[in-house]
Amino acid sequence: MFDILRARWQQGHRTMPFPKGAPPAMPDRFRGRPTIDRGKCPDGCRACADACPTDAIRLGETAAIDLGRCLFCTDCVEACPEGALTYSGDYRLAARGREDLVVAEGAELPLARALDDKLRRLFGRSLKLRQVSAGGCNGCESDLNVLNTVGWDLGRFGVQFVASPRHADGLLITGPVTRNMQLALRKTWDAVPEPKIVIAVGACAISGGPYIGHEEASDGAAAAVPVDLFIPGCPPHPLTVLDGLLRLLGRIEGDHARRPGRAGP
Amino acid sequence: MTGSPAAFTRVLNGRSIDVASIPAVPHAPFADALLAAVADGQRVASCFGARAGTRAGASAGARAGADDPVELFAVLADDARSELHVGRTRVESGVFPSLTPRCPQVHLFEREIHEQFGLLPEGHPWLKPVRFQRPFGRPRGDAAPPEIGVADFYRVEGEEVHEVAVGPVHAGVIEPGHFRFQCHGEQVLHLEISLGYQHRGVERALAGGPDKRTVHYAETLAGDATVSHATACCQVLEALARVQKPARAQSLRGVALELERLANHVGDLGALANDVGFLPTAAYCGRIRGAFLNMTASLCGSRFGRGLVRPGGVGFDAEPARVAELLASLDAEEKDTANAVNLLWEASSVMARFEGTGTLPASVCRELGIVGPVARASGLDRDARHDQPCGIFRFAHVPVATCDSGDVFARAYVRWLEIQRSITFVREQLRALPQGPIRSAMRPLEGNRLAVAVVESWRGEVCHVAITDPTGRIDRYKVCDPSFHNWAGLAYALRNQEISDFPLCNKSFNLSYCGHDL
Repeated sequence: MFDILRARWQQGHRTMPFPKGAPPAMPDRFRGRPTIDRGKCPDGCRACADACPTDAIRLGETAAIDLGRCLFCTDCVEACPEGALTYSGDYRLAARGREDLVVAEGAELPLARALDDKLRRLFGRSLKLRQVSAGGCNGCESDLNVLNTVGWDLGRFGVQFVASPRHADGLLITGPVTRNMQLALRKTWDAVPEPKIVIAVGACAISGGPYIGHEEASDGAAAAVPVDLFIPGCPPHPLTVLDGLLRLLGRIEGDHARRPGRAGP
Repeated sequence: MTGSPAAFTRVLNGRSIDVASIPAVPHAPFADALLAAVADGQRVASCFGARAGTRAGASAGARAGADDPVELFAVLADDARSELHVGRTRVESGVFPSLTPRCPQVHLFEREIHEQFGLLPEGHPWLKPVRFQRPFGRPRGDAAPPEIGVADFYRVEGEEVHEVAVGPVHAGVIEPGHFRFQCHGEQVLHLEISLGYQHRGVERALAGGPDKRTVHYAETLAGDATVSHATACCQVLEALARVQKPARAQSLRGVALELERLANHVGDLGALANDVGFLPTAAYCGRIRGAFLNMTASLCGSRFGRGLVRPGGVGFDAEPARVAELLASLDAEEKDTANAVNLLWEASSVMARFEGTGTLPASVCRELGIVGPVARASGLDRDARHDQPCGIFRFAHVPVATCDSGDVFARAYVRWLEIQRSITFVREQLRALPQGPIRSAMRPLEGNRLAVAVVESWRGEVCHVAITDPTGRIDRYKVCDPSFHNWAGLAYALRNQEISDFPLCNKSFNLSYCGHDL
């Protein structure tokens, strides 16, 4: 027993202050929001768009990056001869609408707004989620589990993963929704009582990710259920997921943490 | 036994050979050679079908059709001599004699060949679907694949016997799979495991490459084993392009692989503690796993190592300041890990749950071809870093960790031993990184060649095989995740165990669903 107490003392208190304090420092090579500086592009160059494994870069009159397809890999940065593509350290990526994730150069990503007043009253201090892993690679699932560890402590926000859809307020879906998971996802969704929400985490759940166009998968969760929150990444950093969840619950607005249950500015 | 088994051709890990140097023999000598090799102590690392179409001299760009003849390939691992042997046979008239009754470790490979190519392994004890997929080569609009989960499975009948069904959607945040227990009260008589829910069609999509998705497919075969699968894929591509990697890249790849092993082993010990309700270790290991992931992220920006291993070398270098920071983190986490993990062995409540639970005898491991820490926990000293050394492991040896009770305790203790040895390895590599570049330029792949790469991921042996067509495009890419061998071991280990010990046993194996389903 003494050994256990001594170990506790040595391991220390590790829960981060975020969102009340600063977020944890990200590694310097962390790939957050990608941006493209069209001014640097040579005429007619399509190197980045051609190199992108999921065709997430749209080059037209203006350039845009579809964060829902983006794998946050290094292929475009390596392909660009002029350094026009860069990743910032901005971990804030969650959005409410699928089209919000297609961010034009120079534009701001419209970060996720909170749920409406009625849902915020229901879920703001207690959100129970059923996790459905629908054909992903287990990367998103691994980093979701991290949110329950002592550093992140998702439970302090009243957010919890539950063991049955009947106990849940909504689904958190990862994976491109393989053909083989379609029925299970449908049944799980049907079993969640109203009102219910859906959160799509990761490139696969938003657009199909590396499996876009595969007959064995469905190009994302929206093909099966209505989605309320999209969190891009491959996999998204736990901080990106936490930031997204807290924005949905109105606990973060703009750059500020809010007390739970507060509606409006 | 010297030399290759009769009719098999030798290939080294991470090298390629001319496909023509593997004679296509009739099935009888192929089978006899394979059975003799296994009796002599070799293992079946991979066994798969491939259509002969594009390699038989068809015009460049022709994709093998559903009616082209099928060849069977087998890759045998001779761990005693650190050699691999490849054999092939052509299957006429869609039927071949099953080897499973005499060589159980090919049971799932034969079911897979049946599902992927429609061939019938005559005499196979139980042909069930593997991934509930459509056969290769069928056009997209063709008949629908079989309905997932619908299969004939081993049942126990009796008035007091009941079935417990779990999944595909599981209680926690975890991949999907279906488990069907045949129970008498609390005792499990038989566990049926039915997978395929994560099937994404990656092997099908890899054919025709390499292209801009290839390395991303490799990285996401099993997302928590990104470095392992990416390393195997890059080794295959480098072997086919005859590209040598610089020494610094080899060393950094080794560091990445061992950091991946550290993160997952620490996470597993925490999860095992959680499953027996021992929260101190569960809480501390949960955090420490993140610290190891952050070391990988320091190298390449991604906690899972995405972007780190690339064809020709590695995608990121580590300058002296970064290396110093990594070494400091390693020291700190080494202390914290020892502090957290050693509590387990002292807690009688933990040991009472771990010891004697889910025992997998060494004889069964050998019969089923079990790999990884699970095999080592049953006393088998098989570890691809030692047995089939490639890359940095030709120069730096990590001692093989074994235990002999084959129970949950042994599988936990082997992980603890490996954590300690991996920390030592990472420290040694970081302190002595070779100078020089981190990546060689890739060349086009050579045509009509076969390459094999075997990597010891933290779950066990990953085996990738690629065969190119005359133009150097990939004709067939075969992935064998360690889980493909080991799920059968979990089913065996549950026999006569209490059903409430299932999460603990499952966690002690920690197999990949998506690595199996592809």
